[in-house]
Amino acid sequence: MARVVVDVMPKPEILDPQGQAVTGALARLGITGVADVRQGKHFELEVDDAVDDATLERIAEQLLANPVIEDWRVTRS
Amino acid sequence: MKIGVITFPGTLDDGDAARAVRLAGGEDVALWHADHDLRGVDAVIVPGGFSYGDYLRAGAIASLAPIMTEVVAAARRGLPVLGICNGFQILCEAGLLPGALVRNAGLHFVCRDQRLRVEATTAWTADLEGRELLIPVKNAEGRYVADDATLAELEDAGRVVFRYAGGNPNGSLNDIAGVASADGRVVGLMPHPEHAVDRLTGPSTDGLALFTSVLRATTAA
Repeated sequence: MARVVVDVMPKPEILDPQGQAVTGALARLGITGVADVRQGKHFELEVDDAVDDATLERIAEQLLANPVIEDWRVTRS
Repeated sequence: MKIGVITFPGTLDDGDAARAVRLAGGEDVALWHADHDLRGVDAVIVPGGFSYGDYLRAGAIASLAPIMTEVVAAARRGLPVLGICNGFQILCEAGLLPGALVRNAGLHFVCRDQRLRVEATTAWTADLEGRELLIPVKNAEGRYVADDATLAELEDAGRVVFRYAGGNPNGSLNDIAGVASADGRVVGLMPHPEHAVDRLTGPSTDGLALFTSVLRATTAA
């Protein structure tokens, strides 16, 4: 078995109001110097060694991410 | 004419959609998410509410439900399909409509009576050409987004069916409230026409015309 991580983030041009709300909350904690926060998703998959990179790409593109609004990165660890 | 109304785990508005079909003069047919059977219907409504907890993204898991395999195949053959709210999100996730629906700008759940302009004639809007409607909108993830090329294609081809009037409730690009497939048979919108079919329970009866439109479209076909 292998551990695969898929990180999914909203595309840069997509407004991320959740990230903006987090940025605002940091200011209320008295923390300064954080100009921007963007919120995404982190998936950890346990996969058979037989699962190839093309299949992992398909998993990310067809289900874990929506290519219309999100970018993703697949990492084997 | 038989109009199917799908129920997913978490669907809220299937009852109102079925009632709207009956008030329009059609026969409503209940469709179940886990079945592969469209039960011979002449059109399908994918109603609003939630589906599979809206885990991952709103509509993402539902777009892969067994019934959706049948809906996608039938829509590609011209079956009229209407997606309302979560149903619109499901149709986008299923690839039947372009673009995506994301968290509202401002993060608020918006629930209000909304004015809409009808800008395209489709299987679901033949009786509504050029009209302005007042129907409820209620969602947290109703902000329509698509890339520039897709937006330009939708605008140029007259596939923006509904546009918000009197203020954009969620930051949707180009004030888009609803779009259609290239053949005008598949339509999705965020506001709820099925909640505006009876003066007692809605702000107007403007929504009824979507359901009478599709009954005429399926009768003529």
